[in-house]
Amino acid sequence: MILALIAALPFLGALLPAVTIRAGRSACAAVTFAVSALAFLLLATQAPAVLRGEVLVQSVQWLPALGLNAAFRLDGLGLFFAGLILGIGMLVIAYARFYLAKSDNMAVFYTYLLLFQGAMTGIVLSDNILLLLVFWELTSLASFLLIGFWSHLPEGRQGARMALAVTGGGGLALIGGMLILGHIAGSYDLSVILTKGAEIRASPLYLPALILILLGAFTKSAQFPFHFWLPHAMAAPTPVSAYLHSATMVKAGIFLLARLWPVLSGSPEWFWIVTGAGLATLLIGAKTALFKDDLKALLAYSTISHLGLITMLLGLGTPAAATVAMFHILNHATFKAALFLTAGIVDHETGTRDLRLLGGLRRTMPVTFAIAAIAALSMAGVPPLNGFLSKEMMLDETLHAGYGPAWLLPVLATIGAAYSVAYSLRFLVHGFFGQAGKTPQKPHDPGPGLLAAPAVLAALVVVIGLAPMTTAAWLVDAASSATTGSAITVKITHWHGIGSTALWMSVAALALGAVALRAYRPLRAMWDAAPKPDAKAAFDATVSALTRSATALNDALHDGSFTRATAIALAALTTAALYAFATGSHLAGTRPLLAIEPVPAIGWLLLVTVTALATLHHRNRLLSLLMVGVIGLILSAGFAWLSAPDLALTQITVEVVTVVLMLVALNFLPKETPRESTTPRRLRDAGLATAAGAGIAALAYAIMTRAPAFTPISHYHLAQSKPGAGGTNAVNTIIVDFRGYDTFGEIIVLGIAALILFALTEQLLSSGTATRRLAALAAARPEPAGDRHPLLMVMATRFLLPFALLIAAFLYFRGHNLPGGGFVAGLIAAIAVVLQYMASGLGWTEARQRIAFHSLIATGILTAAATGAAAWAFGLPFLTSDYGYIHIWPLEEFEWATAALFDLGVFLTVLGAVMLALNSLGRLARRSGEAPARTPYDIDTGEGI
Amino acid sequence: MELLIAFAIGLLAACGLYLILRQRTFPLIVGLSLLSYAVNLFLFASGRLAPNLPPIISKSATGYTDPLPQALVLTAIVISFGMTAVIVLMSLGAWLTAGHDRTDMPAESNGGDDA
Repeated sequence: MILALIAALPFLGALLPAVTIRAGRSACAAVTFAVSALAFLLLATQAPAVLRGEVLVQSVQWLPALGLNAAFRLDGLGLFFAGLILGIGMLVIAYARFYLAKSDNMAVFYTYLLLFQGAMTGIVLSDNILLLLVFWELTSLASFLLIGFWSHLPEGRQGARMALAVTGGGGLALIGGMLILGHIAGSYDLSVILTKGAEIRASPLYLPALILILLGAFTKSAQFPFHFWLPHAMAAPTPVSAYLHSATMVKAGIFLLARLWPVLSGSPEWFWIVTGAGLATLLIGAKTALFKDDLKALLAYSTISHLGLITMLLGLGTPAAATVAMFHILNHATFKAALFLTAGIVDHETGTRDLRLLGGLRRTMPVTFAIAAIAALSMAGVPPLNGFLSKEMMLDETLHAGYGPAWLLPVLATIGAAYSVAYSLRFLVHGFFGQAGKTPQKPHDPGPGLLAAPAVLAALVVVIGLAPMTTAAWLVDAASSATTGSAITVKITHWHGIGSTALWMSVAALALGAVALRAYRPLRAMWDAAPKPDAKAAFDATVSALTRSATALNDALHDGSFTRATAIALAALTTAALYAFATGSHLAGTRPLLAIEPVPAIGWLLLVTVTALATLHHRNRLLSLLMVGVIGLILSAGFAWLSAPDLALTQITVEVVTVVLMLVALNFLPKETPRESTTPRRLRDAGLATAAGAGIAALAYAIMTRAPAFTPISHYHLAQSKPGAGGTNAVNTIIVDFRGYDTFGEIIVLGIAALILFALTEQLLSSGTATRRLAALAAARPEPAGDRHPLLMVMATRFLLPFALLIAAFLYFRGHNLPGGGFVAGLIAAIAVVLQYMASGLGWTEARQRIAFHSLIATGILTAAATGAAAWAFGLPFLTSDYGYIHIWPLEEFEWATAALFDLGVFLTVLGAVMLALNSLGRLARRSGEAPARTPYDIDTGEGI
Repeated sequence: MELLIAFAIGLLAACGLYLILRQRTFPLIVGLSLLSYAVNLFLFASGRLAPNLPPIISKSATGYTDPLPQALVLTAIVISFGMTAVIVLMSLGAWLTAGHDRTDMPAESNGGDDA
């Protein structure tokens, strides 16, 4: 899986900068560089095979049910892009070491950069388009982090948000498009999709898929009308602009167009949309670039323009044009990255990027000037540099477009090229020639650290320009052969003969561009006077309109009133359920019904009456609480009747602790609920509650009167309870064995709830308002009516304690085979201790308590975890249980089971959690003036100690 | 019998929901308890009603009830105790710090997302 490793290396390496920054900034940069270099070398080892024309595909099934495979593919196109990404990545990493200020967090920067590099490499190496989508979204996220790297700058934050909104929105469209594409092709693997071009283009779903995919590609590659985010992304540090927003990420959209070129291109729709958008982008970007004073803004718009050019070439749909597109991607990456890095140097050394303040840098920064001159002249398309070669080939290709009037495309392309000449020359002339400008800092050439990366790129510009056939043609061949699916051998020459139309178009562009720069002042005056649509204002207006409507909707549904929000949710749920019921079909239930027996019927009548009473008299809080207790008792009797002895035991014990807890709480709260709802409001609530309750009742009835639609899995549990888990109580074996993982999670939740209670109490006890109010409550409390700790009760509970604990132990031990188990045992033990609280007081009990409840909870959870983990020692999965029988004379033979240890953990956690809950409330009570009992038989004397 | 149980589930749910819609914390707690009963009973009933068929494996048993909903409900009962305890203490805290036990925010702080 060397391909997966290439994509994974930057992700793994992203962990390193944070570690190595402690060894210094150079060490951090060196390690980051080494990560990229290693990935690059790995790629290089694969290159010979790919250049021979092989396609490497390595695949691991990931989620086969979804068609998502971790499939990687390396062909000429992937090699070409991955080489660019990793190669330019190394240069940018080296440059950033010297570019970032001391105050910048370099480790974070390199981490983001490597994350981006990994995501980008992943895109170009993916064979599965779903995997590609994952990496695609990751590049948007990494780009967001990098644009907003200087998060103290508002432009950085706004630019990052805009880029994420636009590219993320396009990403959503792309997901839709890719899913349709995979649906048509019957596979999400590119290896399959690429063979089904004709089938896909014939499909009625071709156009929707095409539009959605193009939305994704155009937003990413800043094509008109989505180009506006790119200039705002220039708020990023310059290395980011050079790397993401000129050389690599903005090419992701173009990569996608190239990747899917054999499948999607060749139709009139493809030509008109792609060529049209590309041409519009080319012209708009080039024109705007000419009138930008900020060096980076100028370069940003020129990038937009060149991306438009490449898109247009791919749109033409001919293999020759696609080949030129590949060549231009290479050339653009070299000269534009060099220019961005140069702009960064100018900014770094002069303190400004404003062309109106710059000038004459030719004399003060000669080396920077030399690099800038080479790169800018290449961008202008001046021979013999590499930009000239691909530009002339492009102009030639526009002559062979198969659609539209023959003159239109060449003329527009020439105009675009002329603009390109004009802004390239302006970059050079206004920045480096003429009078020395008024820059904030005195300009001078930087050290070799900053110059190295752009110098390497400028050298490439010259070398490719002079000897294209030896340095670049093989790579372009590989990339364009893989793009088009047919073997291509490109022929790149400087001289096409005096009769070549492209030559004269090129000459015209150069002349027009030079003239435009001569006449810059009047042109600029016209530009400044012309109205220009402000994309940022439109974007902000759209976003704030969306935000406003979302806020309005939110405020309408959630205005801070809990009951209102609940009522709305209840009404919505009931309506949805009613709709589902009304639109479905139904048959009456066929399951035989149970006859109504007298004793259960009496219990039912009691339940109904008590529930109604609890609701009707809910303002009398003590009464409604008592009614809740009674309901719990009836329910536990009902469980016993309906063959659920474990549930009956649990319900009755939980009921006791719940009622005790609520009684203690009610001690502090008002004893009455005031009458405050209006009658219509009460009727409304009653109507809603009745409707929902009727729905639930109908659903319950419908379920009970039907046989299960699927065979219940509990047949397995019943059959395996004894032979598999070693217990005859199927409920207990499910809890501690079959679904032990659930239980493990549940006791953790219980432990967390208890710790929340403890933390809340701590906070209340340390809060001034709460303690003052507690003291006030204590002062207002009437004298107790009788003994605080009645002697009889004290004696009785102390006598009961060992017996209660014995019962708990008994229930715990028999739980595996008969009703009982850790939950019930824990609750009974808790009740036994709570009785001591009630009879003898919290202080007396706490003074005799050796183990803290926190450690009880922790011990319980750890015991359960250790029991589960012990299975690993035997090579079995977590929580696998075992059991057996031992015989110790003179005892009867008895069974041991690891599940019992797990159940012990449950027991300890339940005991600890219940006790911590009640203890927390008790501590509040003590603060409110309950004096602790001091002597074992402390009898209240009425003086309150 | 199924009809009676279904009615009881519906009544418990309706009364619980009605109490949750009252504007004070204590009725809310009681309402949640009633709703928990309804939900637990509903889950239990999804295993169908079966008197005299305990889920204890024995040679003499003629049949068994469905033990799975029972196991689910058992843990649900214990968890709902934890939930009730947290809500009780939250309402106590609100009462002790704010001096009232209303569940709705006062009208003037409406729409504030950090209120």
